[in-house]
Amino acid sequence: MATRAGTRHRFVTAALAAPAALWMLVFLVLPFVAMLVFAFGRRAPEGGYLPGFTFEQFLNLPARAAAFGNTLMLAPAGALLCLLVAYPVAYYLAVKAAPRHRLVLVSLIVVPFWTSLLVRTYAWMYILGSRGLPNLLSTIGLPDLRMLNTPGAVLVGIVYGYLPLMIMPIYVSLEKLDRRLLDASADLGARPVSTFLGITLPLSLPGVMTGVALVTILLLGEYLIPQLLGGGKVFFIGNALVDLFLQSRNWPFGSAIAVTLVLVVVVVLTVAMRIAWRFAGTRRVDLV
Amino acid sequence: MTAAAVNDIEFRSVSKRYGEVLAVSGIDVAVPKGAFVALLGPSGCGKTTCLRMIGGFEQPSEGTVLIDGQPMNGVPPYRRPVNMVFQHYALFPHLDVEANVSYGLRQRRPRIERREVAKRTAQALELVRLGGFAKRRVHEMSGGQQQRVALARAIVNRPAVLLLDEPLAALDRKLRTAMQIELQSLQRELGITFLLVTHDQEEALSMSDYVCVMNAGQIVQMAPPQEVYDRPRTLFVADFVGKTNRLSGTVEAGGTTLRLGDGRALPVVAQTPGAVTAVLRPEAIRLDRGECSERMDALGGTVTHRIFLGNAVEYAVAIDGLGEMLVTADRSAARDPAEPGERVNLSFKPESLLVFPA
Repeated sequence: MATRAGTRHRFVTAALAAPAALWMLVFLVLPFVAMLVFAFGRRAPEGGYLPGFTFEQFLNLPARAAAFGNTLMLAPAGALLCLLVAYPVAYYLAVKAAPRHRLVLVSLIVVPFWTSLLVRTYAWMYILGSRGLPNLLSTIGLPDLRMLNTPGAVLVGIVYGYLPLMIMPIYVSLEKLDRRLLDASADLGARPVSTFLGITLPLSLPGVMTGVALVTILLLGEYLIPQLLGGGKVFFIGNALVDLFLQSRNWPFGSAIAVTLVLVVVVVLTVAMRIAWRFAGTRRVDLV
Repeated sequence: MTAAAVNDIEFRSVSKRYGEVLAVSGIDVAVPKGAFVALLGPSGCGKTTCLRMIGGFEQPSEGTVLIDGQPMNGVPPYRRPVNMVFQHYALFPHLDVEANVSYGLRQRRPRIERREVAKRTAQALELVRLGGFAKRRVHEMSGGQQQRVALARAIVNRPAVLLLDEPLAALDRKLRTAMQIELQSLQRELGITFLLVTHDQEEALSMSDYVCVMNAGQIVQMAPPQEVYDRPRTLFVADFVGKTNRLSGTVEAGGTTLRLGDGRALPVVAQTPGAVTAVLRPEAIRLDRGECSERMDALGGTVTHRIFLGNAVEYAVAIDGLGEMLVTADRSAARDPAEPGERVNLSFKPESLLVFPA
């Protein structure tokens, strides 16, 4: 009897998992395999792919070092900047704001998501462009400033676009923080700053790590923001891929870059998470 | 030489309002140095609010709380010479036992030397018999052990007053009794004032030097446990502390006779005449088997239930024309217990009848 129940249970589990598994197979595993095959192939004279096995594409990678450099610098920098802006907001929402205002405030953060990121980033193009902020600054006598098409502009776009994704996980982890722990800390003589550094911050680290990982991963594949706010000057790997696949039709080289990016992401994240969790999991997270 | 304050904690006409609700209304009370005081009352009576005002987590709406003679208005929790054992302990989940206990010492400025911190932490853990548990994570420990960690975390700071908010509520009965004894001996050993909040009358009576009974935001009686039990000041105290049988009637002119509703008369110790509610403790009643005598103070009835309590036997007796009364008899006195349905006769000494104006 038990075995029949077990078989049935396994069948149900498999049936429930099947759609997701199929989805992952068709849209993740197969494309990735195709990309691997392309990456070791040759470029056809008219563009596209010729079968073969060569490391030629990988040896060409330094040609796109700038794209890698920008991505690997600006994606973590953008995530950290997001974190610096997001933490106080999340803290205010979860700890300081009156519970009856919370829903309104949280929806205010989410509402911009209802408009396309493309449109909103376009708006930033105008704000940072020569007729925007720099123009305003020069009318009050400040020297002429170029804002658009700089790393700074890309960072502004990143923080603007990804802030809600950073706020939410931090908000959630702060919201479930037991307030009595803060009372206990104060009772034991800790000033508010010490309580924050010794109790609140360590206990919200899971949310912080989730937010940083989420935003960093998404940023590594970012295309839109560097395209609009970085112009031709600050470009990410995403931009290089679009260029290679759609403009110069160099599929093997594009695939090699994509494969390398995936590998870099996996390695960087594994190491980063390992370090982060070890830090958060220590017996004493003593930042004071 | 300046006279040291006699009282560790003093409330001077302290009130606390939450919007419309008056949680604590005009309390005046003093807790003498080195005493073990239990704040006892039903939930919502304002006892936890009082504790939180001492800890500094709430500010009184009116009046002043003094700790060791110093007024505490506007003083934040981290500058008060008191420590609290929180309900459900509020241990820091990301720290191990040692780091939890040493937390308070590590907050001191100027800093206490690392070796000194370790030494005092070890002493505190030893005191609560958790010597070998320094490196444990708190979630790996049982409720009773967590309770001890919370205690050690508070007493390691050598506070003037230790505040305990329902500290034993989450423990099972046996552990609770053991901890009651331990708390009591810990208090004697340390010699610091303990102020314990509880809704459990047994806990309050068994541990404390003084019981402070609260109801509806006010202190009804503060006295040693025995006095609270034997000479409750109000009907509320009598009811809340221990089991009671209630009788309504009138004290007749002369003040020595209580006339009950059915015309029966009971002898009382001199009272002011008028309508009263009298209270009789179940253990103050003597139960004899057999038919009721014809004396006017006799209460004849029939046993309806018999409940075995282990060390005693409790009877519910339906008194003729009066309703049900509870009687507790020692087991030794009840070697030959009355059976349900049996006729019995109840009697008591006049002085055990507690009389309150209705």
